[in-house]
Amino acid sequence: MIHTVWIGLFLVGILYAALTGNIAHVSTALFEGAQEGLNVAFSLLGILTLWMGILNVARKAGLLDALARLLRPLIRLLFPDVPRGHAAEGYLLANIAANLLGMGNAATPFGIKAMQELDKLNPEKGRATRPMITLLALNTASVSLFPTTVIGIRAAAGAAQPADILPAVVLASFLGSTVAVLVDRYYQWREGP
Amino acid sequence: MPLAWLEAAGAWVLPAFLTVILGAALFRRVPAYSAFIEGAKEGFETFLTILPHLVGMLAALAVFQSSGALKALTSFLAPYFRPLGFPPELLPLALLRPFSGAASMAVVTHLMGRYGPDSEIGRLAAIMQGSTDTTFYVLTVYFGSVGIVRERYAVKVGLIGDAAGILAALLVGRWFFSG
Repeated sequence: MIHTVWIGLFLVGILYAALTGNIAHVSTALFEGAQEGLNVAFSLLGILTLWMGILNVARKAGLLDALARLLRPLIRLLFPDVPRGHAAEGYLLANIAANLLGMGNAATPFGIKAMQELDKLNPEKGRATRPMITLLALNTASVSLFPTTVIGIRAAAGAAQPADILPAVVLASFLGSTVAVLVDRYYQWREGP
Repeated sequence: MPLAWLEAAGAWVLPAFLTVILGAALFRRVPAYSAFIEGAKEGFETFLTILPHLVGMLAALAVFQSSGALKALTSFLAPYFRPLGFPPELLPLALLRPFSGAASMAVVTHLMGRYGPDSEIGRLAAIMQGSTDTTFYVLTVYFGSVGIVRERYAVKVGLIGDAAGILAALLVGRWFFSG
C-alpha cells in the first residue's frame, strides 16, 4: 500500500503539474525535497542519539523491568487468552513498557518476540489470533508517555518549551488507545476466536 | 488554558526523567556511561534507517505539493472535514499518518517550519504525530514476522484506532492550548 501511495504522489504530482503548466517546479521540488530530508534527519540526529543512550541506561538500571511488573494486571486484562505465566507475557510487558517510554526502536523487537510467542499458541498458522490483533491495536494506537521524536522535532524547530505538549500527547494517546482496544473487543465479540 | 499546572509540569518532565534514570543507575551500580554509549549507537542506526525514508518521502511530497495537487486534494476534502472543526492544514498529516511514520514526521516538520512550533497548527501536528502510530508499518512488521496472511479484522481496528487518535489529538490539543 505504501508503494502505491509513494508512486501515486510522484505520478499524480507530475501529471497535475503538467496539466496546470507547473512542470518546471517538479525538478526544483525534487532537489529541495531531498535536501529537506537530509536536513530533517540531521536535525534529529543529536536528540535521537542522546535519548536512545539514556533509555539504554534506564533499561540496564532495571527501570524497564520495574515498569513491566507494575503493568502486569493490565496484561491480564488486555490479553485474557494468554495463559498466566506464558513466555509471551514477558515480551508483551516489555513491548508496552518500551512504548510507554517512547522507545520505538526497542518496542519493535519486543513486539516481534511477543508475536512469535503468541504464534506458538496459534492453532491455525497464518491466521491472526485475538491476542495478536490486540497487540497490533495497542501498537498502532501508540500508548505513549514519552514521545521522544516529536519533542526532538519541536526542539530542533526552536520551540520555547519543546516538552510542553507532553500532557496533551499522554491524554490523546490514552483516549486513542482506549478506542482502539474497545473496537478490538467489539470485533472479538463479533468474530469469535 | 485549562490545567496550567500541567503545562508547567511539562518543563519538569525531562529533568525529572533524567534524574530518576541516572539516580537508579548510580544506586544499582550500572556502568552508566558505557550503557549510554551502547544505546546511543542505536540512535545513529535509527538515523541511517530513517534517512532514506525521509529523502524518498519528502521528495515525493515536495513534487505532489509544488504541483498544486495537494492543495487541490485538500480543498476537495476540506468541506467534509470543516464541520468537524478539522484544520485543512492538518489534512495531509492525517491522510499520511497510517502509511508512513517518516513521511508524516516530515509533514510535521514542514508545518513547524511554516507556522512555528508554538503555533496552534504546530502544536496540534506534534500532538497528532505523538499520540498515533503508523498502522501499516506495524501491521507489516509484526504480522510479517510470524507469516500471518489472514489478518482478519486487524486493519479495521488499526485504522479506526488511528482516526480516533487523530480526533482525540485535535480535541485535547484545542482544550489545552486554544482555551
